[in-house]
Amino acid sequence: MASRYPVISDADAESITRVEELAYELRIEEVMTTNVFTLSPEMTMKAALDSFQKERISGAPVKLGDTLVGLLSIEDLIRCLRDGRIDLTVADYMSDKLITINTFDPVVEALRLFVKTKVGRLPVLDSNKKLAGILTKGDITNGLLKALQRDYQAEELIRYRASHLFEDINSDRTSLILRYNIKKDDFTHGGAASNHIKKALLRLGADPQTARRCGIAVYEAEMNLIIHTDKGGTLRIEIEPHKITMEAYDEGPGIDDVEKAMQPGYSTATEKVREMGFGAGMGLVNIKRCVNEMKLISSKERGTNLFMVMHLDRQVTNQQSYGENK
Amino acid sequence: MKIKDILDISNGVLLTPGIDLETETKGAFGADLMSDVLASIQPEAVLLTGLCNPQVVRTALIADIRAIVFVRGKMPAVETIDLAAAEEVPLITSPLGLYELSGRLMQAGLPSLEMAMNHPFDQD
Repeated sequence: MASRYPVISDADAESITRVEELAYELRIEEVMTTNVFTLSPEMTMKAALDSFQKERISGAPVKLGDTLVGLLSIEDLIRCLRDGRIDLTVADYMSDKLITINTFDPVVEALRLFVKTKVGRLPVLDSNKKLAGILTKGDITNGLLKALQRDYQAEELIRYRASHLFEDINSDRTSLILRYNIKKDDFTHGGAASNHIKKALLRLGADPQTARRCGIAVYEAEMNLIIHTDKGGTLRIEIEPHKITMEAYDEGPGIDDVEKAMQPGYSTATEKVREMGFGAGMGLVNIKRCVNEMKLISSKERGTNLFMVMHLDRQVTNQQSYGENK
Repeated sequence: MKIKDILDISNGVLLTPGIDLETETKGAFGADLMSDVLASIQPEAVLLTGLCNPQVVRTALIADIRAIVFVRGKMPAVETIDLAAAEEVPLITSPLGLYELSGRLMQAGLPSLEMAMNHPFDQD
């Protein structure tokens, strides 16, 4: 990042975005240096020089009792040496126009201050305005690197655990069931459940094509529950190592003519729904193309039950539903 | 074609700053009906649409769409932009109409990613 013309690869670009996010998420107190070495204003500059050398530091806050009164940097020391007045006190050379930052501020605030003021270090104050630590650009770099490392490990762990779920658990038949309650007319959240389902499948190790096809099928089913039911309904997804079973069921009003509903372009959706981009009469047709098996049962008494299956065994492909089509 | 090139050709405004525009798209598809999109779009496409609600973004996520361009200067609702920013789907608004923009992109070499209705899903 220090280079003036950095070459940014795709991988870099991805991590930069996360670093930017972290700059907003991380608080100053998470990255600052605590146990700060401090000076007092009445110390001589000679004593300050000695302690800079001994502590191997290039700047330190100056405290009078409990209160922060200034900051002495290596530049101040050089100025003093040039004047030949090493006998004078810290109070004579320290800068007392203090630029400080708070423990609870986001890291990005410090980055802005560093750019704007060109200072090398910022004293950090707690909520009682007492000195809590000190912050340099190096502290920020270290803090960001540590946070990225934590992120990476956490994500790896989650991914590992999810993709090994079925191998780790021993039973005669293991399955994972996801349920989503879908409200009638809830267009704002329309498709949210389906996106969760798609992400879950990817996380569990499904290939992108399978996740996409299942996603499209449940999205259409989800929108049907929002548009066509009396009270909404439920999506129930059962994931097994060899197949994914997706069900959408509701309590009514039921479909008048199931055969007609399966025809491309046939729709009972209102003008309002069509304006929102739905109700093209392609939903069920789409679903049938995406999944391996599909069954639609509907009655006035018991509502509608849409049943979709995706086989994960490569041997069992789309033959069944396409056989029917031809 | 990269998303930044599409931004140029469409005379568009990027509504989701901070998202990587170096991503490659394989082609484009234009529709206002989300079912048409789900039925016919192949992965890694850019979607040209006049529909502005959050479902466009959700449809994009389900169908592995790389970017969305709103035509005729349409501005999506704040919820749509927020959702797109959170899910890192670039949104562009273009003053051009659907036909004009489709023509320009096609001329610039961006193919159609629409698949025929009888095209089996396993072969895409």
